[in-house]
Amino acid sequence: MGGQLKLQPRTEQKVIQVFMYLMTSIAVLVLVFILVVILKNGLPQLNLEFLTKNPADMGREGGILSTIVATIFLTFIALLVATPLGVGTAIYLTEYTVESRITRIIRFGAECLAGIPSIIFGLFGFILFVNKLKFGWSILSGGLTLAFMVLPTIIRTSEEAIKAVPPAYRLVSFSLGSTRWQTVTRVVLPSAIPGIVTGVILSIGRSIGETAAVIFTAGSALRMPTSLFSSSRTMSVHFYILAKEGVSMPKAYGTAAVLVISILVINIVTYYLMEKYIKRKS
Amino acid sequence: MTRLEKNDRLVRLGLLMIALSAISVLAIITLFIFEQGTPIMFRYGFKSFLLGQDWYPSEKSFGLLPMIVGSLMVTFGALIIGVPLGLASAIFLTEFSHRRLTRILKPVIELLAGIPSVVYGFIGLMFLVPFIRDNFGGPGLSVLAASLILGIMILPTVISIAIDSIRAVPDSYREGSIALGATRWQTVRMVVLPAARSGIIAGIILGMGRAIGETMAVIMVAGNAADIPGSILAPVRTLTSNIALEMAYASEEHREALFATGVILFIIIMILNTIANVTSTRQRKK
Repeated sequence: MGGQLKLQPRTEQKVIQVFMYLMTSIAVLVLVFILVVILKNGLPQLNLEFLTKNPADMGREGGILSTIVATIFLTFIALLVATPLGVGTAIYLTEYTVESRITRIIRFGAECLAGIPSIIFGLFGFILFVNKLKFGWSILSGGLTLAFMVLPTIIRTSEEAIKAVPPAYRLVSFSLGSTRWQTVTRVVLPSAIPGIVTGVILSIGRSIGETAAVIFTAGSALRMPTSLFSSSRTMSVHFYILAKEGVSMPKAYGTAAVLVISILVINIVTYYLMEKYIKRKS
Repeated sequence: MTRLEKNDRLVRLGLLMIALSAISVLAIITLFIFEQGTPIMFRYGFKSFLLGQDWYPSEKSFGLLPMIVGSLMVTFGALIIGVPLGLASAIFLTEFSHRRLTRILKPVIELLAGIPSVVYGFIGLMFLVPFIRDNFGGPGLSVLAASLILGIMILPTVISIAIDSIRAVPDSYREGSIALGATRWQTVRMVVLPAARSGIIAGIILGMGRAIGETMAVIMVAGNAADIPGSILAPVRTLTSNIALEMAYASEEHREALFATGVILFIIIMILNTIANVTSTRQRKK
């Protein structure tokens, strides 16, 4: 065993460490660069008028109010449908059954659903809601399509939140003579709420940023939505059209900044809740 | 008591119905996409769809080969860029960096996973496309631009899943290796990575699924010409962009052909999902 042989692995280690450090820096810098560019060009565009006026002249003038309203409506419908389905599924999987073929099939289904590209959801929503059910390009079609898209996220986070509730809670409740359903509604769910909320917030973030599934189901009409059946343009679709057709770069940056800031705030809140309520307990 | 027990049985049944919603949504989506997309494939023959090189919907020529090749090229390109960067970052953050740095960087990377794909596409259009055009030639809108953007977009997925599976390797493995005189890198290469392998592979496959399924970002930087690209500087059209670009005005057979594009995309994604599912379950069982 000469000294050189012993040194070589250490030199190798040093070289590799520097290389890894570089690669990590590249990855992080690229991602941060995107954020900085959007905020640097977008923030100067933001003012009260931009947030409270409707777009005019195809988006060249005015603000983005109607697109904000459309985004909120669409997201609201998506969650209204997906939350009960997702939480119900999670309750069934964790409290009402043991691992079996059915649970495996349900989990596999949710996982597959999570992997389906948004454009496929868009195609599906277009054919089922817009065409067959005759909802047309509307808030309703878009919201229902998004509901299906975020369903797996809500199932997964609710399941984790419910699993994180200590088994002792349930045992105490059963020993007091409660039924399973009483235990679930009065003991398990109240303790799991923060975790479930996390999943819901995460889904809000996804709904806000989605473009491909929304453009074919909610349409891209640039006006204030008045009912469930009005076609309307969300923020991300508006941003896509402004940027792709080169309508107005300043307005595009402004819209992107609103999008990115709202999603970052949402994700930071989620991250905080996750750390606090899900990861620590499990 | 019996009344309560009876209610409980009803609740169980109701919850089972709800729990089947995810799988039924999957079934309905599959049904509708196939119902809309397969008849035209039977009419014109699978071969003309999968191997036809000409996409002229107005002349009833629906060859999808350029888009299939395009999707595979940009996905492969995304993996060449995203996997080394992502793996190196994951290894660095779990095995080499200070714990405090990891505690800051991991959330930052995960937060960035939430940035909408249109934003990535926009950045690509504003910075990457002109850069490629000025420095390498060609239109800038190219396989290269799409691969780079997709490579960056799959980073958060690859990094966070790789970190999780590297962390799942028991510390006793590392201690044993270090006690035998191995350096940290030797430990990582010969002990940790092999043990975390299936989780890492599952992460890469999920990233691959993300890259193949991505639409808006790709449309903005790929140029979208329906020809098999001759070089990485040539424009390219993927399966996803083919659907998104023409759906707005397509009708009748043209629309059916777009659904057929969706069918092919769907099949590719389901195969990838199943592989990812099988590999990650295998690790869990170990």
